[in-house]
This record gives sequence, structure tokens and C-alpha cells, in this order.
Amino acid sequence: MTTDLTRRAFVETSGLACGVVAAGVTLGLNSDAGAQATEPPPDREPASEIVLTLRINGAPHDVNVDPRTTLLDALRERLHLTGTKKGCDMGACGACTVHVDGRRVNACLTLAVMVEGKEITTIEGLARGSELHPVQQAFVDHDGFQCGYCTSGQIMSAVALIAEGRARNDAEIREFMSGNICRCGAYPNIVAAIRDSARRA
Amino acid sequence: MHPFSYTRANEPQAAIAAVQSAGSEFIAGGTDILQLLKAGQRTPRRLIDINALPLASIEVDSTGARIGALARMSDVADHPGIVENFPAISQALLLSASAQLRNMASIGGNLLQRTRCTYFRDASFVACNKRRPGSGCAAIGGENRMHAILGGSDACVATHPSDLAVALVALEAIVRLLGPDGGRSVPIAEFHALPGHSPHIENVLRPGELIIGIDVPAAAHARRSHYLKVRDRTSYEFALTSAAVGLDIADGRVHGARIAMGGIGTKPWRLQAVEGALVGTRAGDALAWKAAADKLAVGARPLEKNAFKIELAKRTILRALGTVARAT
Repeated sequence: MTTDLTRRAFVETSGLACGVVAAGVTLGLNSDAGAQATEPPPDREPASEIVLTLRINGAPHDVNVDPRTTLLDALRERLHLTGTKKGCDMGACGACTVHVDGRRVNACLTLAVMVEGKEITTIEGLARGSELHPVQQAFVDHDGFQCGYCTSGQIMSAVALIAEGRARNDAEIREFMSGNICRCGAYPNIVAAIRDSARRA
Repeated sequence: MHPFSYTRANEPQAAIAAVQSAGSEFIAGGTDILQLLKAGQRTPRRLIDINALPLASIEVDSTGARIGALARMSDVADHPGIVENFPAISQALLLSASAQLRNMASIGGNLLQRTRCTYFRDASFVACNKRRPGSGCAAIGGENRMHAILGGSDACVATHPSDLAVALVALEAIVRLLGPDGGRSVPIAEFHALPGHSPHIENVLRPGELIIGIDVPAAAHARRSHYLKVRDRTSYEFALTSAAVGLDIADGRVHGARIAMGGIGTKPWRLQAVEGALVGTRAGDALAWKAAADKLAVGARPLEKNAFKIELAKRTILRALGTVARAT
């Protein structure tokens, strides 16, 4: 192992190895796998790559994608904007929350090709230079995270929540943040950070 | 995901023409179809993106609401005319999904979302007549706590997951469709299909047809309506039971009642027997209203693990009725 191995490179390499293991496990446990394998492969045209220009954090980015590529995968795997996280990849956890034309959405359930021409904001687009966005600063001040994996999604969701005017009390904050799951259970401090940000906004 | 190509349609007629080529499907908000594509449950050759079609308007006047099929759940929920004249619709939407999903999901797509039955969603289970016709139903003898007590068959007992559809059934909405042979309107109560022997057929849409909008007639019971959702956790969860109720109350008496429930039926379930028993009662008459709610059990066929839904459903109706009776 070289000394300049970055954390990201290590995670990517490990992820590949895990993927192989996971695939094997899935096949072993999947009672339906045999039945599926006997079905004829569907007849289909090869999908061609699409050239897109995505506007992300105010700047255009050209990217070639297969039509199947989600906005989440385009951001992370093609444009290397890895602040947006992949949790469940099924719209259930909120880790991938970004803004499209100012509205919070799940990037994992958005096809990249469907947001061409729209203004996309990710966690990387919140800070102004070295000055954190007020909601980012509030999460730091209130210790609104433990492991941090859900945090960029929480913050993107919270910024939108405050703009929507849905942060008038703790019950409302909890209800309208329910699309963002924190497995560490940092909810009390997340609510405190949002309450504080909303008061100052 | 299996490979597919992508086309964007700008006019409804063009979208309908495009979707008729083999293996083509519409995509709007994408929140359900992306899950089904990732799970390998849907394998279209081509997706027709309909988001650019001019079908996103929301109009409310003295005759009712006309909601474009591409209006987003969050926009309908927050529309002042909907909040004032059709509170059950706004409340049903705000109790659905998450804020992110509500910003994405379209009203038309909401009616077409597939069931959350675990055996349907998890393709590692062989038996699911909805997913693979003729393969059987794993839920009938399995984990069926979440499943239907009304409208099931030997082939399927999955509930319809939409909250919006329950409110629309109570308020007698009309679904407007456009297809290769022109337009037609279908009452929402007739839009979804009972499972019978063909649970994979979930609605009356014909090949190539597109939902273009939903009309809701103005009514006294619509203005005095409410949606109550009971679930295992407070938020971001599907219903164990839910009720959309609307009452027309004058001089302290119920002149008209509309009640539909979610979580108990294989489609959004109108309860006309309960409605009939409420008409003529004194508003807030606990004994008469309990007798009315008891009528929902007629024809119910609970499964091994969901008999509790009968009592829960009655109490859900009564609590919702109480809220509506107190509303001004």
C-alpha cells in the first residue's frame, strides 16, 4: 500500500471488493435467481450515451451519461461531487437530498437526463468561500451529527425547510424533516440546529 | 436497471403516439418507477418523459378544482384553494411520503403507484400474482399485518398505497384521460380495479392512455372534510388505516356524508353503508355514529395477522368524524 493512498481511493477499492462478495451472497440467498436465469433475455436496443450539460452550483458541467444514470450517480461518479451521499438509493433515507430549481428532491430517484437545464444545488454549493452557510455552521455549533453520513442530506433538506417556512416549531421541523433518516439518532441536535437557524434567518 | 433509451415529449398527443411503440413507458415524477426499474421489476426499452407537457396547472373556482396530472404533490397540498375547499386532499398529501418525494411526485403518478406489499416489492420471493401472474400469493399465508381486509381475492390481498386516492374517492373526483382514440372521464371510484383473478391489472387505463387531470366537484362536505392517517410511526410511513371523511352539517344534523378509507381495502374503499347510517343523525351523536362505523365490518375478511384493522378502522372513522364535527 502506497503512502499517498487517499481515503476515497481506499473506499472505492474496498467497495469494489465488497460488491463482489455482496453479489455472491445475494445469488446464494436469492430463491428466485434460478427462475430468473431461465427466462429469455429481453429484446432491446442498446442504449446510447447522452451528452448533457448540467448546471450545478451555478456552473455548467458537461457529462456523457447512459440514460439510466441517476443524478446522484452523475454527481458522485462522473463529476466527483461526492458531498451528496448514497444511502438507501431508493428514496427512503434522504442522504442524497439536493435542490433542483430551489426545491429539495432525492437525487437517487432523479434521472440525470431529466434535470438538464435546471439549477442544481449540492452541499458543495452552500458555503461562500471559506464561510460556511448558516445552516452548516448551526450543525457544527449544535453538534448535529455523529458519523456524519446523513449530514449533507440533512443540511440540504433543512435549508429548503426554512425557505418553505416549515420550521415554526419543533413538531413541524420533525414532521417536515422526516424524509431524512439519521441512524446515529442525532435528531435532538439536528432539530436544535434547524430551530436556531430558522430563528436567525 | 435494464438499458432503455430516453425521449422527451412536448405535447400530449406526441407523448401518446410515442408510448405506443413496443416497450415504451411514461415517466413523470419518477419516484415509484425508479424504484421499480432499480429492482428490475420494470424493463422498458424506452422512457417517454412527460414532464414538459402543459398539464401542471391547479385551478379552483366555485364549481370545483381542476388539477393537472403533472402538478406536484407539494404544490397541490399548499394551494390555498385546495386547503380551503378540499382540506382532506391537502391533508392526505401532506401525510404522504416525505417533503422531497412530494416535491417530485406527480398527481397522476400518485394514482398509479404500485402496492407496498413486501412480497411484491422484493423480487426474491417467487410467489406474487401482481409481479408474476399465476405464481401465487405469499402474503395470504405470510406476514399479512399490513394487508387488506376488504376486496381481497385468493390471488391477492395487497392494499393500494395512495392517501390522495382515498381523499379523491370520498370527494367523488373524476379522472380525465387522453388516449389514441381521444379523451374520456372516469369516476375515481371506478378507476382502480379489484384484484380478482388478475391482480396485475390495477386500473382501467387502456394501452397508450395518459392521465391528464383530476376534477373535484365543489361541495359542502368537501369544505368540511378531513383526512386522518394511522400508522406504525408518526411520519413518513404508509397507513395501517386511514380515513377521508366529509360531512354536510346544517342545523346540527348530518345532511350528507362521504367516507373512504385507506389501508383496509385492495383499492381506495368507499363506505356508503356507513355514510347512509350517518345521514339524519345529530352531529356528534356518539351512539349513532358508533353504530354507523360498525357497518364497515360488513363483508370484511381479515387475514391471520390483521384482524385488528376492523376495530382500528372503526376508531379511525370516529376520530375523523369528531374532528370534522368540531370544524367550523
